[in-house]
Amino acid sequence: MNEFNPNILAFCCNWCSYAGADLAGVNRLQMPPNVNVVRVMCSASVKPEYIFKAVSQGIDGVLVLGCHIGDCHYLTGNHRTAKRIPLAARLLGKVGIDPRRVRLDWVSAAEGEKFQQVVTEFVEDVKKLGPNPMKEVRF
Amino acid sequence: MIRIGVFICHCGHNIASAVDVEKVVEFAKTLPGVVHAGHNLYSCSQEGLSSIKKSIEENELNRVVVAACTPRTHEPLFRRACEQAGINKYLFEFVNIREHCSWIHSKEPEAATEKAKKLVAMGVAKAALLEPQEEGESKVIPRAVVIGAGISGLAATASLLGQGIETHLIEKSDRMGGLLKDVAIIGPEGTDSKSLIEAFMSDIRTSPKAHVHLNSRIKELKGFIGNFEVTIGNEAEDLKVEAGAIIVATGACELRPEGEYGLCEHPQVITQLELEKMLSKSELTAKNFVIINCAGSRQPGREYCSRICCNASLKNSLRILDLDPDASVTILHRDVMSCGTAAEALYMNASDKGVRFVRYSLEQPPQVRAEGDGLFVEVFDETLDEKIDLDADMVVLATPLVSPDDSVETSKLLKVPRDKYGFFLEAHVKLRPVEFATDGVFVCGSARWPVSARECIWQGQAAAAKASIPISEGKVRIEAITAEVNPDKCVACGNCVLACPYDAIEITDRDGIRAAEVNEAQCKGCGTCVAACHNDAIQQKGFSSRQLGAMIDALVRATTEGTQ
Ligand code: FES
Repeated sequence: MNEFNPNILAFCCNWCSYAGADLAGVNRLQMPPNVNVVRVMCSASVKPEYIFKAVSQGIDGVLVLGCHIGDCHYLTGNHRTAKRIPLAARLLGKVGIDPRRVRLDWVSAAEGEKFQQVVTEFVEDVKKLGPNPMKEVRF
Repeated sequence: MIRIGVFICHCGHNIASAVDVEKVVEFAKTLPGVVHAGHNLYSCSQEGLSSIKKSIEENELNRVVVAACTPRTHEPLFRRACEQAGINKYLFEFVNIREHCSWIHSKEPEAATEKAKKLVAMGVAKAALLEPQEEGESKVIPRAVVIGAGISGLAATASLLGQGIETHLIEKSDRMGGLLKDVAIIGPEGTDSKSLIEAFMSDIRTSPKAHVHLNSRIKELKGFIGNFEVTIGNEAEDLKVEAGAIIVATGACELRPEGEYGLCEHPQVITQLELEKMLSKSELTAKNFVIINCAGSRQPGREYCSRICCNASLKNSLRILDLDPDASVTILHRDVMSCGTAAEALYMNASDKGVRFVRYSLEQPPQVRAEGDGLFVEVFDETLDEKIDLDADMVVLATPLVSPDDSVETSKLLKVPRDKYGFFLEAHVKLRPVEFATDGVFVCGSARWPVSARECIWQGQAAAAKASIPISEGKVRIEAITAEVNPDKCVACGNCVLACPYDAIEITDRDGIRAAEVNEAQCKGCGTCVAACHNDAIQQKGFSSRQLGAMIDALVRATTEGTQ
C-alpha cells in the first residue's frame, strides 16, 4: 500500500504568516510538499465555514496561520481568530472528525523556521491521524 | 465568457530546477476557463511582460494568472502589465510556486510539480470568479514624521526638509546625534563626527518646516499611508500630528555584557563606546591596551557580525598610537572584517604601526583576570597554537550593536515586524530595502541592522526619497479589497459592527430596510467582518467566500481526479 500522503490546506495572513512562508522559501528551508497555501489578508477573515467545507470534501487537515497576538496588522483581528478557530475544531469533534485536523498557530514575518516547523509537525500529525474519513462518505 | 490565460514562470533555474514547468502548462490547459497557457523564462523581465501583454490581446483574455514568485513583491508589476493591456488589474491572480514550492521542495521534483499543478488549479479557480474593481483615492497629508534623531534620522529629516516637506523629528533623549554624540572620529576616512552631525542639525534648526521633539516618544499610531495620526508624548503633554509618511530611525545600542570579560568588575575593563568617549577628550589613562573583538557577537544566540566593530577597533588603535606613540595595542580577533578599500588600508596601516593582532577561537575565548593593580588577558593564540598571557592596563570590549529594548514597543505601535535579533525587518531585502511591508512606513540605519555612519546616511536619504513619493504626488490609491454588504441577505444582526476593528460598519436604514453599511474610506480590508457574518451577506472584494470556496473545490478536484 502506498504511504498516506495527506492533502492539506493552509490559510496564511498576508502580513505575517505569508511573509514567514516566503522567508522559509528564500532560506530554502525544506519541508513536506503536502501543504497548499491560500493567502488571506488577515487570519480573522478565515470563516469557520471554509474549514468545514474543506474537511467535508476530504481535505485531510487545515492550518490557519496568523500574526502573533498583538502584532495583527488590523489591530485586534487575530483575537477573533484565536477564539473562532478552536471553536471550529471543537465543532468538528462533535461530528466525529478529529479536531487535531485543524491547527491554529502564529508565524511572524521573521519566522521562516517556525513556518517550516509548523508545516512539518502538522503533516506528521495528520499522517498519524490517517486519511480524512469524510473521503469515504457519499452523500 | 471567461477567458483565462495562465503564464508559468521558470524564474531561470529557480522554479524550473524543481518544477517541470512544461507539465504544469499542459495541465493548466485542461482547467476550466483556460484558453491559453504558456511559459516564460523570466515572466517579470521586459520580454516576459510584453509576451503576456501580447497574449492578452491575441487570445482576448479577460483573466490572467501568473504562477511565479510572491505577490508580496511582484504583484504590482503584473497588475500594471494587465492594465496596460486593457484589463482591470483586479482580474489578475498570482500563484506562488517559487517561495511556496520549488524552493522548499527542491529535492523532490515530482512532488513539487504535482503541488505546483494544485496551486495553479486553485489560482485559476479563483481567477474565474474575480471581478473588476475601482480603486478609491485618498489624499496625502504633506507632512512626515521621523522617529529617532541619530545620524540616520538626521539625514532623513534634512533630506525631507530639503525637498520642502514639513517634518516632525521625535527623539527620546534630550539631544540629537544618537550614538555619534560620543564618538569623535568616524570611519576609515577619519571624518569629524561633530561637524558631520552639525551639518545636518543646522539644516534642521534653520528650517521653518522642522519641528524637533526632544524627550518624546510615539504613544499611538492610527491611520494608514497618507493619513497617519501620530500621538507624540513627553512628560508634560501629548500632541497629535497628522502625517503622510513615517520613517523609523530608532537605531541600535551597544551591548554591555555585564560580568563577562570582567566588565563592571574591574574599572579598567571598558566598552568600545567608553573608549570612544575617552579618545574624544584626547586623554589616555592607560598604556597597554588589549581590545577584544567580537565580545558578545558571532556566538550562539547572537550569531550576527555587527559589522562596524572591526573598523572601530582599527581606527581606535591608530588613534591611541597617535595620542601616545609609546602605547601598545593588541587586538584579539576571530577574523578582521575590514571590507572596502579604505578600511583595508586602515588594517594595513595598523599592522605597520605595530598594532598586534592575535587570533582566538569561539571555543577558547580570552579570559580577563585582575592581579594586583593590573589586568591580564589569557588567550589561546590560534596561529602560535599556544596560550599567551597579555599584560594590560586597559581592556576594551568591542561589543556588537543590539536592538534597543524599546524596539518591541515601537514594533507593536507601528505594526512592523522585527527579526529574531530584534532588528526591524524590511519588506524585501533587495527589492524594497528601506520600506516596511506596511505602506507609508519606512526604515533606515541601525534600526534595521548594524551599519556604519556612512551607510546610515545613505539609508536615511533613501528612506526620505521613498517617503517623499506619496507626499509629492499628493494622493495614494486605496486597494479595492474593502468589504461590501449584500442588503438582501443582511438581517441587520450587527455582528459585523462589533467585529470591525475600525468602526467602519454601521446599521443603516435604507428605504425602510435595515442593513449593515460599510464606510469604504474607513475600511482597511481585513475581512474580520466577513467571518463574523452568519448569513454570508458581507464579502471582501478579491477574497469572497465564493472565490475562496472555489479554491478549496479546485484543490479537492485536483487531488481526487489527479493532475495528470
Ligand atoms: S493580519 Fe495577520 S493575523 Fe491579522
